Amino acid sequence: MDTELGYSIIPLAILGGAIRVSTPFLFVSLGEALTERSGRINLGLEGTLVFGAMSGYAVAYLTNSPWLGVGAAMICGALFGLIHGVICSLPRVNDIAVGIAMMILGMGLAFYFGKPYVQPVAPDLPAIGFGWWSDIPQVRAALEVNVLFLIGAVLAVVLWWMLRSTRIGLILRVVGDSTDAARAMGLRPAVVRTCATAVGGAFAGVGGAYLSLYYPGSWNEGISSGQGLMAVALVIFARWNPLACFGAALLFGGAGALGPVLQSVGISEGYYLFFAAPYVLTLGVLIATSSPTRAMTGAPGELSITK
Amino acid sequence: MSTSSLSRRGFLKRTAAVAGAAAAPTIGFAGSHSPLTVGFIYVGPKDDFGYNQAHAEGAAAVKAMEGVVVVEEENVAETIDVQKSMESMINFDEAKLLFPTSFGYFNPHVLEVAPKHPDVRFQHAAGLWTEGMPTNVGSYFGYIGMGQYLNGITAGHATKTKKIGFVAAKPIPQVLLNINSFLLGARQVDPEITCQVIFTGEWSLAVKEAEATNALADAGCDVITCHVDGPKVVMETAAGRDCFVCGYHANQSPLAPEKYLTGAEWNWAGVYTGMVQTVLDGGTIDNFVRGGLADGFIKMSPLGPAVSDASRAQFEAVKAEIMAGGFTAIKGPLKDNTGKVIAAEGEGFAEDDIALESMDYLVEGVIGSTS
Repeated sequence: MDTELGYSIIPLAILGGAIRVSTPFLFVSLGEALTERSGRINLGLEGTLVFGAMSGYAVAYLTNSPWLGVGAAMICGALFGLIHGVICSLPRVNDIAVGIAMMILGMGLAFYFGKPYVQPVAPDLPAIGFGWWSDIPQVRAALEVNVLFLIGAVLAVVLWWMLRSTRIGLILRVVGDSTDAARAMGLRPAVVRTCATAVGGAFAGVGGAYLSLYYPGSWNEGISSGQGLMAVALVIFARWNPLACFGAALLFGGAGALGPVLQSVGISEGYYLFFAAPYVLTLGVLIATSSPTRAMTGAPGELSITK
Repeated sequence: MSTSSLSRRGFLKRTAAVAGAAAAPTIGFAGSHSPLTVGFIYVGPKDDFGYNQAHAEGAAAVKAMEGVVVVEEENVAETIDVQKSMESMINFDEAKLLFPTSFGYFNPHVLEVAPKHPDVRFQHAAGLWTEGMPTNVGSYFGYIGMGQYLNGITAGHATKTKKIGFVAAKPIPQVLLNINSFLLGARQVDPEITCQVIFTGEWSLAVKEAEATNALADAGCDVITCHVDGPKVVMETAAGRDCFVCGYHANQSPLAPEKYLTGAEWNWAGVYTGMVQTVLDGGTIDNFVRGGLADGFIKMSPLGPAVSDASRAQFEAVKAEIMAGGFTAIKGPLKDNTGKVIAAEGEGFAEDDIALESMDYLVEGVIGSTS
């Protein structure tokens, strides 16, 4: 079989990379979008992601079931979110400072409890092969789609619809835009925000489980390398819109695949520059879409960074 | 930096000691001979299936020695952090022998701290000690490139596409030598074979390593090896793409038993216990120590089930040549992959040739570039 695809491998690899790498970005940014829509920032999601990766891997290894691992990661993530939410509900507590503390705590705990699980091999999450129609192994490999990616895609649409057209979405948006208005309506902003942060944490935990249970598919201390932080930034990039989060996650995943694939087709000069592609892209898009009149469109009014 | 800089670990140790003394005032320090404290510093976690684990296994062997106390610190960055770690081990733990094991620790960090502590010995892995550097600094390393050469021989027999792949961290001399040796080994089997290299830019970057491995598989490589700190991700991803793998740093065969051909492993236990024994006996370790397969610095993983008889025979024959010492893998006629002549007919660089430690080229047949 002919395995020489030449330069046509580049778009294929970017597509494959987008599908493989984007899922953690997607889950963390969806969770953060939800949290920020309620008026709070949770910077601790990097820690939640890493702890989710560790707990998911550990439970999957101990029970031999990757789905129990995902469940455990979700529960742990929700707990981290809950702690952040409850602490931030206390008077005069800064959510950004708590977030940084939670990030360091999450990573520290994950490293501490994760020591015995660096070596063992846990079962992987299943993937669905959408490349059955093709004889080319590269196409088949690129179209191996993990179930969590599909769930994430559906979730993005559901969240978008929920924020737009449901009562829960309305409550979230009111709380996020004006604490006073929410109080006047008889809502309890602190409770809503705490719940939103807990759900956001659960999403981030699932994103972590994807890292350790599918791609790259093992637990070690360098597994995240800052993806949780980047995903938080993606939310601003996506203007707090879940559908845009999905697009941004795909873009980031695909851009990350650019560096390795260009080297693999022989364009190897200046690979450090290609590795910076996702960040250059972000800067470019932010500059292109910025404007003095509508720069922060969509930003929740109660968010501490926009106040 | 001042010697009074406090480290978290040192602080915890002191407070724990104070608490312990308060709780059990009658227990004193036994023995008249104070033990030798040896410090090991790792750039990553010490159970990474790779570089750091290999050093930590050496440290574990030292720990078992009589009259020695071992202190270890993991995840120390190649920045001012390692200077703090070394100062803390010296000032709080009273370490007299340090093993900062990562390449980037050497210059400037070890070279800056060493002159301030003339009574402490610094043994650095992979660095290049030269005349004029502090005499209480030593550098040691092994000719693991020869291990990659042997890897290459099994890869040359196993490949069907005549294309093999290498996931590399950074283009430093040791990494380049490994890449070149891997290809030259494979070319002993078939001179048509090429080696695709992808640099990730960091010693440990799981997602990028997985992407690089996938890109190699997409490019048609069917045997893959690597030089990153923790090869676990590369091994698992490559085996998942139905590629054969050759290990590096430690034995990774449990990760892909059917696909694992062989691997180039470090064997630090013997080296470290020997060095510590020298210090215990009051001797001085040489400033510049190197060794290969014959000296027990490196070893090969047992050959996997996919290795053919022809492959095994050539592997064993070349291994015997290397064991005899002075083996020359980088020999003429040889050009680099930009066409520059590296060695003319009859010239060559034996495994212990110091010129290899400033390698800055990829040989002809390697697809990739160093910058």
